[in-house]
Amino acid sequence: MTHDQSFTNQKFKLVGSRVNRPDGVDKVTGRAKYGADASAPGQLVALFLRSPHAHAKIKKLDTSKAEKLAGVKAVITSADLPDHTAGAQLDVLENCMARDRVLYDGHAVAAVAAIDKETAKKALKLIKVSYGKLPHVTDVDEAMRPGAPLVREDIFTRGVDPKPTEPSNVCKVSTFGHGDIEAGFDEADVIIEKSFKTEQTHQGYIEPHACLASVGPDGNGELWVTTQGHYTYRTVCAALLGMDMAKLKVTSSEIGGGFGGKTHVWIEPIALALSRKANRPVKAVMTRDEVFKASGPTCSTSMDIKIGAKKDGTITAGSAHIRYQDGAFRGQWGQLGAMTAFACYDLKNVQSVGYDVLVNRPKVAAYRAPSAPMAAFGVESTMDLVAEAIEMDPVTLRIKNAAKEGTRASYGPTYGPIGIGPTLEAAKNHPHMRAKLKKNQGRGMACGFWFNFGGQTCTDINISADGTVNLTLGTVDVGGSRASMSLICAEELGIPYDQVKANIADTSSLGHNDTTEGSRGTFSSGMATIFAAREAIEEMKERAAQTWDIPVEEVEWVEGEARAIGQKNDNLPPLTLKDIAARAAATGGPIAGHNEVVADGAGVSFASHICDVEVDPETGGTRIIRYTVIQDAGKAINPDYVEGQFQGGAAQGIGWALNEEYIYGDDGRLQNAGFLDYRIPVCSDLPFIDTEILEIPNPNHPYGIRGVGETSIVPPLAAIGNAVSNAAGVRMTHVPMSPPRILKAIEEAEA
Amino acid sequence: MQVNLTGSLRSSANGEAVVEISASTIRELLSKLLETYPGMEEHMELGIAVSIDGEIYRDSPSKKLPAGSEIFLLPRLQGG
Amino acid sequence: MTGTLVNTTVNGDAVQFACPTDESLMDSLRDRVGLTGVKEGCGTGDCGACSITLDGELVCSCLVLGVEANGRNIGTVEGLADGDKLHPLQEQFINHAALQCGICTPGFLVAAKALLDKNKNPTEEEIRYALAGNLCRCTGYDKIVRAVQAASKDLRKKK
Repeated sequence: MTHDQSFTNQKFKLVGSRVNRPDGVDKVTGRAKYGADASAPGQLVALFLRSPHAHAKIKKLDTSKAEKLAGVKAVITSADLPDHTAGAQLDVLENCMARDRVLYDGHAVAAVAAIDKETAKKALKLIKVSYGKLPHVTDVDEAMRPGAPLVREDIFTRGVDPKPTEPSNVCKVSTFGHGDIEAGFDEADVIIEKSFKTEQTHQGYIEPHACLASVGPDGNGELWVTTQGHYTYRTVCAALLGMDMAKLKVTSSEIGGGFGGKTHVWIEPIALALSRKANRPVKAVMTRDEVFKASGPTCSTSMDIKIGAKKDGTITAGSAHIRYQDGAFRGQWGQLGAMTAFACYDLKNVQSVGYDVLVNRPKVAAYRAPSAPMAAFGVESTMDLVAEAIEMDPVTLRIKNAAKEGTRASYGPTYGPIGIGPTLEAAKNHPHMRAKLKKNQGRGMACGFWFNFGGQTCTDINISADGTVNLTLGTVDVGGSRASMSLICAEELGIPYDQVKANIADTSSLGHNDTTEGSRGTFSSGMATIFAAREAIEEMKERAAQTWDIPVEEVEWVEGEARAIGQKNDNLPPLTLKDIAARAAATGGPIAGHNEVVADGAGVSFASHICDVEVDPETGGTRIIRYTVIQDAGKAINPDYVEGQFQGGAAQGIGWALNEEYIYGDDGRLQNAGFLDYRIPVCSDLPFIDTEILEIPNPNHPYGIRGVGETSIVPPLAAIGNAVSNAAGVRMTHVPMSPPRILKAIEEAEA
Repeated sequence: MQVNLTGSLRSSANGEAVVEISASTIRELLSKLLETYPGMEEHMELGIAVSIDGEIYRDSPSKKLPAGSEIFLLPRLQGG
Repeated sequence: MTGTLVNTTVNGDAVQFACPTDESLMDSLRDRVGLTGVKEGCGTGDCGACSITLDGELVCSCLVLGVEANGRNIGTVEGLADGDKLHPLQEQFINHAALQCGICTPGFLVAAKALLDKNKNPTEEEIRYALAGNLCRCTGYDKIVRAVQAASKDLRKKK
């Protein structure tokens, strides 16, 4: 059945209210089960042997002694895995388990399953690997230089004409934009050109990757796993291991944070392979060190930004050359950065070129609005320099050039109704903008863009005989979506919120749902929930019509009950959902609603952030004094959790801007693979984070919903960069703006 | 109709930013593009999205392309 | 496995388990006592997800050996509620949406309780520093601090 997904501006009774989440008690009592919290009788413990080298040939790999150790039940190397040499899954598999070469520090080379951790540890020590070290490169700019060590010999640059004949670390070049930038720069009164760098960061979810895998010789398997997308994990694991998808039941545990890092498989296919070989359940849990080294952080970047403007603030041209490293496997992160770089603005002449570059670092995965924060750092920092050069207030400059409905986006298409203008106006009028600053303090602001996605979604509603309702969802709840979906379901059915119980189904209980990524959960599952509820309502109207013995056309659904329309039906008292549910057995059996949809039309999202910092000129240390997030949510279903997304994204951005970075030694090894040396913000680092939710309805969703999860991490690097630059009196161009970098910048400016 | 190419796709269409293709659905559009520009396959296998009048479609091959609509071929996006 | 027998008290109950001498108390509590509310985020004392009290003192259970629990008194998140009555901290964490993914929540609750046991009316700054050993990646700590402030008020009203 197709449904109209247009925005209808309906008046809500429940949607928009602050309700407690249905999984709250489980989570405050320790009862909620996460990836590492499940066990099975007879389970084995899996451990991984990982490369100590950044780049090396595996000359010899001998597992025979480990296999003979008492208590070891299975050992896996690439030789035990299907050969996907020609297949689309090769990169995924090779990242899970190295073949003839290791491509980064931490790359897995073997795995064991043993009766306990002690035995598994002993077994790892018995595996003999002989490496032939190869030259490595970990810096994105160095990897692009002629003569740089080649990470892969089979990668030829895509997106250039003619096709190259020599392999390269540049796997892709992508150009976006329109107009004539040279003519645009010729029109400019001022042109600012600046180069920027950002360092690699990790999503930093507190729960390491963990799973419990169980596969029998009959080909039936189960996987309990912390993931943002259990259907995607099923698809990938089944393809990698040659299993039947229907026979692999994947259950998503409660997930202890993902932010993009749990959209890819890492240890899971290997845990399944170990279980299949041992014919016993296998539990695999990454250590924090492994999470940093061998899951998927985001890119480090380097970029050149050029913006030209007239004295009245009109931007005449913008160009960006941005270089993103994808780790040791081909990615599209530079391309994505190029698409987002100038997306906030209405530009006649714009060009952004993205380079995707291989280095000897872990395979890059998505991190919350992937690629957008770094490009925004470059562009939004340059925007402040333009404002300074033409002596215009930075917010006014942005408002003057903001994209609006009908603007051709820098990445191509024409925008519908969007919220960049309103978030900027709200920033300009916010009391934060007029607050007094003290000595050594500075204020900065920046705006940001993210696409948001929809995608495949499948949802069930089942009405119990007592009138309570099971809402069965397939999009993993990463931060409170069961509450929002229950609100939507209750709103549609016209029943109280606590009459709905939402559950996340395993892969055998519901059709495919795309991964919870791209801020798609509330948009997509919200849409499917609305349509499933409406289907259940149609069924309940049928049941009421039967009960009354009148045509269904004479039944309407209002406020949770069926009412008979027309004078001749005046004597019929309404039938509530509970009444109809109680009689279901006698009127045709169970009552359900179902919807499957490809939810396209996710509205793009914009945010503007304001930040005050204090920089200590003696130490270079920065404190966040005040922080305000203003973002368009389309429609906030449960405002508490929308605010939570705004605050969480800002906090991650603050960590990225000031502290967090992967530090590689000359040996190509990661030097800070732990939370002590990779320091994410703690409670005492931050102030309260103010939020303002704007609601500019998405025309392609019945409730006007846009995604809200990701955009909040886009502006912070630039907002803080501008604030620190204003406080310290020197332009910061390298993230993170750690104390040594700030001191160095101050010293260089003074010299 | 005019189909706007973005990113690395242009390199497989002789550097053209706009190509003329007659198609009524996304499915037809993609298959005709492949016929005309076989080099696009390596980009399509990495994923593709089509924007129709500003709305981005990733998994809707049957979506109709209304006459006169603005069509952009985009890389398939990934999110966190 | 060669195990050492440990007799201890967990949330008021006598508990006995055997573990190797190099096993962390976190692993013992999770794998041998079955208290998976004790979470592992790092195993190196940096994230606070495994916070427990040991004779009333807040510790990371990953930095204590299982055998050290012998004869001691352990408090975990599983012991916070009084029967079917949630602790005010638990109630306010839910009311204030102070959790998103919830993996850090048990550690925060144990740490916040340790603070309020000693300081009935902490300032915002005292709360922020008392919880600085617990990492949360989802919330930006805003709603966590507000929940602790509200629970502290509730507890003072009760007295």
